[in-house]
Amino acid sequence: MTRDDAFFQFLLRMGDNTLILGHRVSEWCGHAPVLEEDIALANTALDLIGQTQMWLGLAAEVQGDGKSADDLAFLRDAWDFRNVLLCEVPNGDFGRTLMRQFLFDAWHSIQLGRLMKSSDERVAAIAEKASKEVAYHLERSADTVVGLGDGTEESHRRMQEALDYLWPYVGEMFQSDDVDAEMVKAGIAPDPASLREEYDVLVSRILGDATLTIPESRFAHKGGRTGAMHTEHLGHLLTQMQWLQRAYPGAKW
Amino acid sequence: MYAQMIKSEATQDDPEKLAAFQARIDAGEKIEPKDWMPEGYRKTLIRQIGQHAHSEIVGQLPEGNWITRAPTLERKAILLAKVQDEAGHGLYLYCAAETLGVSRDEITEMLLDGRMKYSSIFNYPTLNWADIGAVGWLVDGAAIMNQVPLQRTSFGPYSRAMIRICKEESFHQRQGYDAIRQMAEGTPEQKKMAQDALNRLWYPSLMMFGPSDKDSVHSAQSMAWKIKMNTNDELRQKFVDQTVPQAEYLGLTIPDPDLKWNDERGHYDYTDPDWSEFFDVIKGNGPCNVDRLAARNKAWDDGAWVRDGLLAHAKKKAARQHAAE
Ligand SMILES: [Fe+2]
Ligand SMILES: [Fe+2]
Repeated sequence: MTRDDAFFQFLLRMGDNTLILGHRVSEWCGHAPVLEEDIALANTALDLIGQTQMWLGLAAEVQGDGKSADDLAFLRDAWDFRNVLLCEVPNGDFGRTLMRQFLFDAWHSIQLGRLMKSSDERVAAIAEKASKEVAYHLERSADTVVGLGDGTEESHRRMQEALDYLWPYVGEMFQSDDVDAEMVKAGIAPDPASLREEYDVLVSRILGDATLTIPESRFAHKGGRTGAMHTEHLGHLLTQMQWLQRAYPGAKW
Repeated sequence: MYAQMIKSEATQDDPEKLAAFQARIDAGEKIEPKDWMPEGYRKTLIRQIGQHAHSEIVGQLPEGNWITRAPTLERKAILLAKVQDEAGHGLYLYCAAETLGVSRDEITEMLLDGRMKYSSIFNYPTLNWADIGAVGWLVDGAAIMNQVPLQRTSFGPYSRAMIRICKEESFHQRQGYDAIRQMAEGTPEQKKMAQDALNRLWYPSLMMFGPSDKDSVHSAQSMAWKIKMNTNDELRQKFVDQTVPQAEYLGLTIPDPDLKWNDERGHYDYTDPDWSEFFDVIKGNGPCNVDRLAARNKAWDDGAWVRDGLLAHAKKKAARQHAAE
């Protein structure tokens, strides 16, 4: 694998995470439990889509095939997507959506903090811009997880169920492969495994405040960030997201 | 406009106080929540601001319908930002209504059980991507027609909400026009989508201004109170006059064979919408009424555990802080 191949894969991983999670969050539009949440969820989705434009824009540039961020978002099939599985699992109830957001935001904020020191200036610049938005996402999702975990009996039960369901998707964010080795060597991105300790400290503290119990098993589903095996859900998401571009090839929108 | 058919309430107040109140309004003063106001003024305003707020909220649904299918990242971002703005408009307006003594939960429940209405336009479906452009162009366009004069309305909090909202609405309208222009200038299929959107949304947009003033019995009092600034027909005419040249520029045909410029009047002559259809929609028989209300009710019911949970947590936190002091 050349350095540019690895760099391209790395950028897809960043951009596909934000694209797919942004899409999922946007599904809430108009259906949230309170107006403030409708606004906050739309805002989160909007930030994530904005970050997607930057990551996939850079990916297209590095790929050098004359493609655009839109071509990458709307014209790749599921096996070419590189997001972690956590981002593509369905929303479930509001509790699961916010728990997923928290588990992702915690990783995302640490990752962006490291990427701000990337040897590639373009990566550092995107990370810097995104990290301000993500700091706010994390603050909100953490507060909501604590509020609902330590709320009523029902809200506590639902949040524990959400955590139990999502926990097996956490480990994938910290798995490393030869793409990562290449990125570490070039000083572009950190080794994913090196983020785990900081992540565990942060997540344990918040979930402790939320009176929730982290499952003991460290079993981790995998296959999203390598593209080897996505969930069944991704294909359905793409049929919706890509429909217009696929049905009317070549049209400008 | 987002408030249609607002019945103004009769008032049985002290004639002297009423006269003094009217004099303040005539002098262009703003009425603030703590000031004395006739009961009819207060009730009419709650109904009008409430209906406007509900329209912003329900209006998220037809546009939200396309967020997950938006054809480019840029269009998806623009649409998300717009829908987020609309929810924000709902929030300002609910806050304005709260200053009149009706809580957000109360007024929300009046929407959910059908006691309060929202604009008829949101009971029409969005069926192709050009509808998103057409909604910005026509629906936000019609809303602006009504809301720009309402910036001068007599009730202070409502007027200030309108000033904030109008800035964003005109932005929405420009973006909507840009989106439908892209379609009108696009492939034959895209052009067909744009024309189809205009065909379906033209008359419902005209209905947004409410029935003809000849049939509107509630206008006079509201106009004296400056909570309605223009007649329905004036605004509708202004909207038609503004929109026809825009449609011509786009190369789209307004679905009204009798539409033509009238030199004598200095306005376009146009065909009125089918008012029996309008009254059907108001009564709950529009193409989407049942689904829209069901969606809002489901969001509210499904969200009950979240609201309860967050409230319970806030109470626990306050109690813990209290105990620590
Ligand atoms: Fe609005
Ligand atoms: Fe708007």
